[in-house]
Amino acid sequence: MAEEIIQVKDLKVHYPVRSGFWNRITDYVRAVDGVSFSIKEGETYGLIGESGSGKSTTGKAIVGVEKVTSGQILYKGEDITKESVRRKVNYNKDVQMIFQDSMSSLNPRKRIEDIIAEPIRNFENLTTDQERDRVQELLSIVGMPSDAIYKFPHEFSGGQRQRIGIARAVATNPKLIVADEPTSALDLSVQAQVLNFMKHIQQQYNIAFLFISHDLGVVKHMSENLAIMHRGRLVEVGSQEEIYKNPAHIYTKRLLSAIPKVDVEHRAEHAARRREIEREFLQDQANWYDADGRVYPLTEVGPNHQVALPKEQIRGGE
Amino acid sequence: MDNQQNVLLDVEKLHTGYRLQGEFYDAADGIGFTLKCNEILAIVGESGCGKSTIVSSIVGLYDRKNTRVEGEIRYKNLNLVNLSEDLFNQVRGNNIGMIFQDPMASLNPLMKVGDQVAEALLYHTDMNKQQRRDRVIELFNQVGMPKPEAMYDMYPHELSGGLRQRVVIAMAVACKPEIIIADEPTTALDVTIQAQILDLLKKIQKESDSGIILITHDLGVVAETADEVAVMYAGQIVEKADVKTLFTHPLHPYTRSLLNSIPQSDGDKDDLHVIQGTVPSLKNMPRTGDRFAARIPWIPAEAHEVDPQLHEVEPNHFVRCTCWKTFHFQDEG
Repeated sequence: MAEEIIQVKDLKVHYPVRSGFWNRITDYVRAVDGVSFSIKEGETYGLIGESGSGKSTTGKAIVGVEKVTSGQILYKGEDITKESVRRKVNYNKDVQMIFQDSMSSLNPRKRIEDIIAEPIRNFENLTTDQERDRVQELLSIVGMPSDAIYKFPHEFSGGQRQRIGIARAVATNPKLIVADEPTSALDLSVQAQVLNFMKHIQQQYNIAFLFISHDLGVVKHMSENLAIMHRGRLVEVGSQEEIYKNPAHIYTKRLLSAIPKVDVEHRAEHAARRREIEREFLQDQANWYDADGRVYPLTEVGPNHQVALPKEQIRGGE
Repeated sequence: MDNQQNVLLDVEKLHTGYRLQGEFYDAADGIGFTLKCNEILAIVGESGCGKSTIVSSIVGLYDRKNTRVEGEIRYKNLNLVNLSEDLFNQVRGNNIGMIFQDPMASLNPLMKVGDQVAEALLYHTDMNKQQRRDRVIELFNQVGMPKPEAMYDMYPHELSGGLRQRVVIAMAVACKPEIIIADEPTTALDVTIQAQILDLLKKIQKESDSGIILITHDLGVVAETADEVAVMYAGQIVEKADVKTLFTHPLHPYTRSLLNSIPQSDGDKDDLHVIQGTVPSLKNMPRTGDRFAARIPWIPAEAHEVDPQLHEVEPNHFVRCTCWKTFHFQDEG
């Protein structure tokens, strides 16, 4: 059994809302409101949600670029929400990130060599030759030609740039990579290429991925375990098969039924089912969300499957 | 019913070229299709294949100095190719409605959304102010916006992405156009909102008997909404058929490769299919022979036609080139 590499415990990220004459804090936007999950070594953990659900904020909090309001993120048993602890356990080297928009995440005035070498320069002491060899090695891992090091980001296509982003993330031999919508700006065939590279790198170096996406098809392809996020909280957590086969929460069902399917022959039934679930979702709001419209805490419903069920339903099940 | 009568838009041998460093390069290279009323025609392809070029040629939204449009786009007795700007202004919005990808970019941030929709009525009808307001509220109702009266006075930033796109749709259908062109209408939206917007487009099309050209790169969206599909690659239509045929019985290597590279939500865990190489850029596009040949190098050159044409292999199923007859994926050997 693989060990857990990172544990998120009751993570909260709240943004203050200021208003009034004194510009005092009058309320909070609860972007992430009590999220707990854990990622095992070398696995891909999927985090799914629609825009505004708090999935990217969770990812940023894990990388350490977002200030955590309360809760813990445990890495090797230490709570890394504090900067000093992050330094001590070499966290910033072990956890890297891949961004959605490859154009804005690569410095347009730097050559590829410098872009990929930057994390190496930060954490390792290598001679110029060693560094260049390492950059070449990283480029070959993501299937880029060796003359790429002299070029600038704008000389590459979107898929190639995303692969450069992956090479940069892998440069420090990280244990965990947070991938925030890595393929949603890419075309279908290019997406396939990038996803394949991510899988190969994972197998080669035993890297864990936190794969943040709104695309349920991609997440299903990539991850073993996943969590579905809605309104800053987790709605359903479990293994990929469980969630796709037996979705328990109405929101999960709604998301799953809304994915367009390539199955033309059953499209009428598919659409009818989607409308039925949508109706159910609108009618049963009170059953699935509490008085403030928040998601209930998670309850275990099966092996490796937790759902945010209301209290009455839990008692009914017992 | 006579088939000819139902044809709303007839595009023939459309060549649209852009001027790059003094020379024209065709981004749409000999496009031909017809749009009938009561039909959703989807045009699919990856970025850079010329989908949006077709749209801008139809509605005349191109830079006249640096664009060359040739061929025929027949709408009723009118040839839309190189129509004067004045005539285009009459056709656009009135007979052809447009929906664009990013609703935030197609709305004016400083104007109430109701007034923006009313603007179309101001140009194309002789309604007075009160009539326009009533019509806009009726339209907001039609596109399923809650509290239409209150929505009239909202600004775009006060609305969610889904509601904004509904405003854009209301704008597009304000003058009851016969043709609606939707260029990636749901790409910027969440899946659940996407489903609602697609349902809405279908509903509007049924109510008004209009024809919709749906431009998208998402094969799932095509499978769920379209009636007819045209697949484009490098400025040409490579396969054209009704949805059912195209998805159950695809023939062209490009269509088959694309369908194969979708991460299926019920697929296995193996590697996804990757199409070798990249889509050629406009300048480097091969102008002779099969344009897709470079990406399936294991297929012998004899299998391709010298000058690939669209062949009707079954009734209403067109495939370019003859290489599909011998095509197999590389790992199938």
